[in-house]
Amino acid sequence: MAVLVFAESTEGKFKKTAFEVTSYGKKVAEQLGTNLVVLTVNADDITLLYAYGAEKVLKVTNTALATFNAKIYADVIKQAATKENAQVVIIDSSSNGIYLAPLVAVNLNAGLATNVVALPSSTSPFVVKRKSFSNKAFNNSEIKTAVKVIGLAKNSFGLKEQTIAGTEEVFAPTLINSGVSSISVDKSAGKVTIADADIVVSGGRGLKGPENWGMIEELAAVLGAATACSKPVSDLGWRPHSEHVGQTGKPVTSNLYIAIGISGAIQHLAGVNSSKVKVVINTDPEAPFFKAADYGVVGDAFEVVPKFIEKLKEFKAQNS
Amino acid sequence: MKVLVCISHVPDTTSKINFIDNDTKFDTNGVQYVINPHDEYSLTRAMWLKENQGATVTVVNVGNATTEPTLRKALAIGADDAIRVNAEPIDGFFVAKQLAEVVKNGGFDLVIAGRESIDYNGGMVPGMLAALLDFNFVNACIGFDVTGNNVTATREIDGGKEILATALPLVIAGQKGIVEEKDLRIPNMRGIMTARSKPLSIVEPVAFDNTTSAINFEKPAPKGAVKLVDVNNLAELVHLLHTEAKVI
Repeated sequence: MAVLVFAESTEGKFKKTAFEVTSYGKKVAEQLGTNLVVLTVNADDITLLYAYGAEKVLKVTNTALATFNAKIYADVIKQAATKENAQVVIIDSSSNGIYLAPLVAVNLNAGLATNVVALPSSTSPFVVKRKSFSNKAFNNSEIKTAVKVIGLAKNSFGLKEQTIAGTEEVFAPTLINSGVSSISVDKSAGKVTIADADIVVSGGRGLKGPENWGMIEELAAVLGAATACSKPVSDLGWRPHSEHVGQTGKPVTSNLYIAIGISGAIQHLAGVNSSKVKVVINTDPEAPFFKAADYGVVGDAFEVVPKFIEKLKEFKAQNS
Repeated sequence: MKVLVCISHVPDTTSKINFIDNDTKFDTNGVQYVINPHDEYSLTRAMWLKENQGATVTVVNVGNATTEPTLRKALAIGADDAIRVNAEPIDGFFVAKQLAEVVKNGGFDLVIAGRESIDYNGGMVPGMLAALLDFNFVNACIGFDVTGNNVTATREIDGGKEILATALPLVIAGQKGIVEEKDLRIPNMRGIMTARSKPLSIVEPVAFDNTTSAINFEKPAPKGAVKLVDVNNLAELVHLLHTEAKVI
């Protein structure tokens, strides 16, 4: 018996979600009175996982796995789960995680719950709480199969340090063939991504035109944040589609979301209301977003944002 | 090319989300249903394949008779025929299992589904379907081209995109980007008229043991009122974000 966690890495470095799923997995293992096993693929420093309670780390090193392939990775996870006799398998909600989880579940004849936001409320029956209705509700679901797969929602559990003396085991799975292969990967280097960002700064139509995004980018730079935009802004071509956040765009689950010149249409809120703290800057005090926000400034973005940047810079200077 | 587009029948985004029967069931009272937005993009892309590459397009839904207007809308957009699997869906795996039967029986070689439905947001059906059928699978797809049996597809990844080479038979989980917003199809009057006479067949579900079951629903705790900060006192906002919200 064991709980198996897949800790994802990019170019050898663990993603933050790798530590979150490990923290979560450790607690689930404690609930079940069993051990946590963490699977890594081509990760540089697996000892980092010991800080979050990884009792055993399965270390896969294989250049054929250098580029992510959902089918092959799902099979590697299946082999690890079978070898460890895992009763629960936990995967993050990165773009690769959500690609993998359904494949892993079918491979293992396991029930799957995605967007899970909390520890199981009971382990027998095995009940987890998941987000549904675009974050307007939660759904408590029982997973009834012997093996269970959980897709943990990003930034829902957080990192829980619990350093232990873990052990490392080399694991050499056999690799299956896949009918899908990667031709090229196009990633904007050096930019904070919306998926990984703790803070997201987002602009809407209230900014009047793409030429006014300089202050959004400056605010993001001061905060170490990712930049995003509302749907009309991407539809108008002011900003790339990849920055569109909302129901049909990317979901935002950051710690802080700053919406500037965005009125807060329900489709927009559906995609961003999982963010922990929301700040709204808008000229219209009746903008619906103020009802969903934690902090608000009623005022012209062109006046508020430069002042806000100035105050943040002063704060950073004092606190660095 | 035989294309199957999976259509989820979902509450319109502006719907009030409430639950009845001790919070065990979604309250459909007064709720307007629409084609799941991600499926709408996928259907529009399928129409392009029909018009430019001679594909036939079938739409499918797993649901009871109340979902038929949504399937008729998909027919009005231009699908050739529709299938309804006559069952109340239990979970993503249930739907994938039913769809796998439809694909096998219909000999489809390309299945396009939205990346997730906007009600249960599971994002499981396309991947599970591909795994059950042993078809190739591209998730979060924002564009693809079919040449003979070969397919080039682009998927969204965290912080960028990846171009993939694959082949039919294939399941694609589509999302915004698979077609441009301005190209999104809406039914016209002629489409609505012809949709009435297009075939809509009803098939009975296959039986198997469920892997999960929904117990009940909860609504998030009500949010406190927004704290307004004056334009001339933004140091206060910085202070609140640091000491109260603890996010900077």
